[in-house]
Amino acid sequence: MNWTTTFLTQPVSWVNPEMPDKPIGDYIGGLVQHSPLNNVAVWQIEDKHWQQFAITAVAENLRWIASWAEQADKQFIVNACFEKQGIYIVLRTVINATKPELPSQATVYPAANRSERHTQDMFGIHFIGHPDNRRWTRHQAWDKHQYPLRKDFPVQGEPPSITPPDTNYDFVKGYGAGVYEIPVGPVHAGIIEPGHFRFQAVGELILNLEERLGYVHKGIEKIAEGRTPDSLARLAGRISGDTTVSHCWAACMAMEQAAGVSVPNRALFIRGIVAERERIANHLGDMGAICNDVAFTFAQMQFTRLRELWLRTNATVFGHRLLMDVIVPAGVSRDVSELSCELLKQDIVMLKKELSEIMPSIDLNSSLEDRLYTAGYLSPEIAAAFGTVGYVGRASGQDFDVRRDAVYPPYNQVTVKVALEDQGDIASRFWVRYKEINASLKLIEQFINLLPKGDISMPWITPSTDSEGLGIVDGFRGEIISYVRFGDDNKIARFYPRDPSIVNWPALEKLVLGNIVPDFPVCNKSLNGSYSGNDL
Amino acid sequence: MLNILKKIVTTGIVTEKCKAPKDAELEALGIEIKRHIDKKFSGSIAIRQVDAGSCNGCELEIHALNNPFYDIERFGIHFVASPRHADVLLVTGPVSRHMQTALLRTYDATPNPKWVVAVGDCAVCGGEFGQSYACCGAVSNVIPVDVTIAGCPPTPLALMKGLLGLLV
Repeated sequence: MNWTTTFLTQPVSWVNPEMPDKPIGDYIGGLVQHSPLNNVAVWQIEDKHWQQFAITAVAENLRWIASWAEQADKQFIVNACFEKQGIYIVLRTVINATKPELPSQATVYPAANRSERHTQDMFGIHFIGHPDNRRWTRHQAWDKHQYPLRKDFPVQGEPPSITPPDTNYDFVKGYGAGVYEIPVGPVHAGIIEPGHFRFQAVGELILNLEERLGYVHKGIEKIAEGRTPDSLARLAGRISGDTTVSHCWAACMAMEQAAGVSVPNRALFIRGIVAERERIANHLGDMGAICNDVAFTFAQMQFTRLRELWLRTNATVFGHRLLMDVIVPAGVSRDVSELSCELLKQDIVMLKKELSEIMPSIDLNSSLEDRLYTAGYLSPEIAAAFGTVGYVGRASGQDFDVRRDAVYPPYNQVTVKVALEDQGDIASRFWVRYKEINASLKLIEQFINLLPKGDISMPWITPSTDSEGLGIVDGFRGEIISYVRFGDDNKIARFYPRDPSIVNWPALEKLVLGNIVPDFPVCNKSLNGSYSGNDL
Repeated sequence: MLNILKKIVTTGIVTEKCKAPKDAELEALGIEIKRHIDKKFSGSIAIRQVDAGSCNGCELEIHALNNPFYDIERFGIHFVASPRHADVLLVTGPVSRHMQTALLRTYDATPNPKWVVAVGDCAVCGGEFGQSYACCGAVSNVIPVDVTIAGCPPTPLALMKGLLGLLV
């Protein structure tokens, strides 16, 4: 299709922030609108071109990022977001609610598979030609013909007094001599989140793995509706507890765009500091846990010790160990004093010294080498096909980082060095994290040195009805997209957060193939997907 | 190997004791827990943690109980892999409806006598998520709860304090 190709191959200048805004309600088929979605172009096409667009897009190496829908009276607005070389576009179409159907993009982009099934379960939109028509987010808490995100579905729903187990999900079966099945979860043996894994194995070898998630579906998109900006920020901070800062930042960024609020410089730098501190805390925890899963407890003890020290500084300086609710709409809730800056700097020196003592022992350890190298291999091709992000993508040669490639303040004031590995195994995902810690330490140092004086928040401006925003930030797991549309009276009409886990989880099904069942925990930990962020 | 030994020796024991004044409370609490456990559980209490819809924030802090600063195992409190080995269920989250049956079955699988500790604001009262088509709200809406530990998430110190409440 010529029109698609023309559009996709147009130079960067088509993303022109000077273009006049048009009201979002004013749908123009096949035209680019500059919407209040920051510098992201919104392109409205006819529904029949939906799949064709994907076919062209994949040929042009566009990365599929997210899709979400919303209801507007008797119509559904369906969105899909793509990226190439740091430029984002939102593709949009409108379909009739009486017979809601749309050609599937999952036939072209495997990454779109679960997202379209989520939309199917939550809105009752049928994706024509979808390769997998099983339900995804829906278990047994609501009926097949009920759709929680439709406007006529009450927040309370009509759940049974005891929701039955989801026993009749049609898992892929394995047949043949010696093939057996291992069901795991939802309640796991460790202190981790719930989800179900279904293995087919021969001896110790994994033939196939199927993930069945959705156990921690909390209706986040539904209960977001009608919230005030402050309340939405709190909720966004609890999408995934380990990514509280970045999710909150993405949601606030979206709301601030929609309202046209500019955040004071000082607040932006403080946001940068807490986001990088969050990244480091999580990487420390993950690196220890990866070593622990191959029984190298020395590293586990050292890393949990460092993580605890790190979290205690968070509590001293920002009032919360995990940094929850530090970011608020139009600013931050905590200022940092001179004394706090000193503390943060001392923390950097401490961590650098400690790591310089610990890492050589890990690097030289032959048992770690034996267990982590070549295990859980994710090829660059598969990593790209699923659009994996963060350390999962970066360990398999996917050189993308929002902080560098679609830069947002305060990262435009510094140089972001993106860690990269290309071996694609667990060791790569381990060392990418270590490189990211070092890069983040440098960033925090620069943010402290550049910290401008001034206010830490601005007064909130009530956005006009239907104004929308798209927040894009890089959390510790990678790119987070947060879509917000306001309704009347400063209330949220639609909120969709896409956690990086949503695109990273399917890669786990691929990278465990050919590994032994006892290596599954360490494979899983090396990916460390968020169940809560995935299930919403 | 020498590097590892050197690091272990130079790190020393970081587990916090009474003489560290700012965290004195920790040790006091720990000793208190130990005394009660000795009486009721012969020096050992086995905990099965169940995430029933948490955002994972509570799990991060429960994990911290096992780091060398808190080292909760020195008081005979340890985490087990199966509810069949457990005396206590430590439940987090606003009980997502998709986890309701799993939680009930885990509760049934835990032998008597058993105690349930609801950890975090979500588990205590529904928290940020409350009750909806997707969540049952507080853990007590699903299974009997003996002790609640509030906080979003509760700090490791608050968790130790809460466990004490179970045992007095």
